[in-house]
Amino acid sequence: MALLDLFSKDVQELENEGILMTSLEKLVAWGRSNSVWPATFGLACCAIEMMSSTDGRNDMARFGSEVFRASPRQADVLIVAGRLSKKMAPVMRRVWEQMPDPKWVISMGACASSGGMFNNYAVVQNVDSVVPVDVFVPGCPPRPEALIFAVMQLQKKIRGEAIDEGLTKLPMVEAWAR
Amino acid sequence: MTLAQIPETALEGPTSLLHTEEMVLNVGPQHPSTHGVLRLVIHMDGEFITKVQNHMGYLHTGFEKTFENRTYQQGVTYAPRTDYLHSFGHELAYVLSVEKLIGAEIPARANLVRVILHELGRIQSHLVMIGTGMLDLGALTLFFYTFREKEALQDIFEDVCGYRMNQGYFRVGGLSQDIPDGWIETVQAFCAKFGSAVDEYQNMFLNNPIFLARTKGVGVITPEQALDWGLTGANLRASGVALDHRKANPYCGFETFDFKIPTATAGDCFERFRMRLEEMRESAKIVSQALERLEPGPVKDPNRKISLPPREELETSMEAVIHHFKLVTEGFHPPVGEVYVPIESARGEVGYYIISDGGSMPYRVKIRAPSFVNLQALEYAGVGGQFADLIAVLASLDPVMGDVDR
Repeated sequence: MALLDLFSKDVQELENEGILMTSLEKLVAWGRSNSVWPATFGLACCAIEMMSSTDGRNDMARFGSEVFRASPRQADVLIVAGRLSKKMAPVMRRVWEQMPDPKWVISMGACASSGGMFNNYAVVQNVDSVVPVDVFVPGCPPRPEALIFAVMQLQKKIRGEAIDEGLTKLPMVEAWAR
Repeated sequence: MTLAQIPETALEGPTSLLHTEEMVLNVGPQHPSTHGVLRLVIHMDGEFITKVQNHMGYLHTGFEKTFENRTYQQGVTYAPRTDYLHSFGHELAYVLSVEKLIGAEIPARANLVRVILHELGRIQSHLVMIGTGMLDLGALTLFFYTFREKEALQDIFEDVCGYRMNQGYFRVGGLSQDIPDGWIETVQAFCAKFGSAVDEYQNMFLNNPIFLARTKGVGVITPEQALDWGLTGANLRASGVALDHRKANPYCGFETFDFKIPTATAGDCFERFRMRLEEMRESAKIVSQALERLEPGPVKDPNRKISLPPREELETSMEAVIHHFKLVTEGFHPPVGEVYVPIESARGEVGYYIISDGGSMPYRVKIRAPSFVNLQALEYAGVGGQFADLIAVLASLDPVMGDVDR
């Protein structure tokens, strides 16, 4: 098909020929959402379920998130898997700061999200006070399916398809907004 | 620099003119091979390690303090979170200690179910250890094979108590509920298939020349060193000391089961990996024997001062309601005393040293965590080797950071 056809034909004709029209912003978001690479940041029990979510049965690779990167500089999402002690909190902040933009954070498990059953001197009661969290996953630990669901929710958020409790659509997360 | 300024010692040989200095390398706390949040400060002379320092506490959760503010029955929920890979081990150690303190009677059925779950938990822990250990050595494949069996085990745990990990299924005086119908057949089917799965792992890694080259003769711990530093579990038995609390200090009726304690003499990384493999076979044997002995019966101590009354009794008996109320709001009061019951978990000797002042909560709980003690072996087993060997040594020692830092 000649390039001139793009201008001479209308959208319906092009779609019939297998050409889809979209905005560049949406295309980038779509590509970005399907390769969300997590940083290896296992802390406690949840890390075992995080490992289980990549095994043959659960296979998070179906959603493009199985490549756990040891270096935060290659990662897109930080999965905080487990209880965050106060000694570890500055380390996690530093790992998050080393990640390139755009970046997201999943708070996995009750301990990371709310301190869970450890309301004491040692545990940070909500990782949202250290890094900005995009998705909270409940459970102690959450099942691998729950983590995969969280990744899918994050993908929706990246693509600008997420809705809040009042059913209003949340704006797409722009790269430069962070 | 003129010749006169060079110190005389530097002129002795041609190599001494090279500028050399000790390199200090920091590993972790966020590192893929440290099995959690361990930080190592390594002093290196060229390629070789001269000193290893462990820095821990990055997962300190305050378990021991939290136990002091919870009733004895509530503590069961906390115990599995310390060692989340062999959670039944910690659960059992805690429950046995409290039971000794209050003198509870455990029904035979509850005891056998505990033995089954304790051993299945050991298998699960070793599966993760072998899978992730090989992952550290650069072999990704075995991880997927061992996690296949681990998922099957987690299904078994989920059937029995509704939770894949951190079960909290044991209670002081028995179990929280009876096992479901058809569970025995599921476990039997797993045990029947498991032997061939272990053979598969053995073919995949114990005969692998790369694995042999990375682990044979690496990180040797002599029996004297192992005993001096207080090592327990498979790490001690790989060095040739056949200490296993299931035989040496039997609990839960382990003396009535027919099983062997695998030991080796080399004390290197290879033997430590192999011990885990052999132990899985022995554990499967114990599970099969325990399944045959299971007979219907109660799973809780009938003493109403310890275990909750059954639900249907609450509708007819005022006394049951009172007992229920007292146990739920306050818990039971053990006599004043101190107690320690060691058991053999997947990582070694676990024990809960509990001091009671007569109240409904412990006065002090001290956890004897095997990973914490085993981890210090890194400070001498890792010295002299290369950095890559240190990763193999760490993987073979199998620490769980939740168990180390508590």
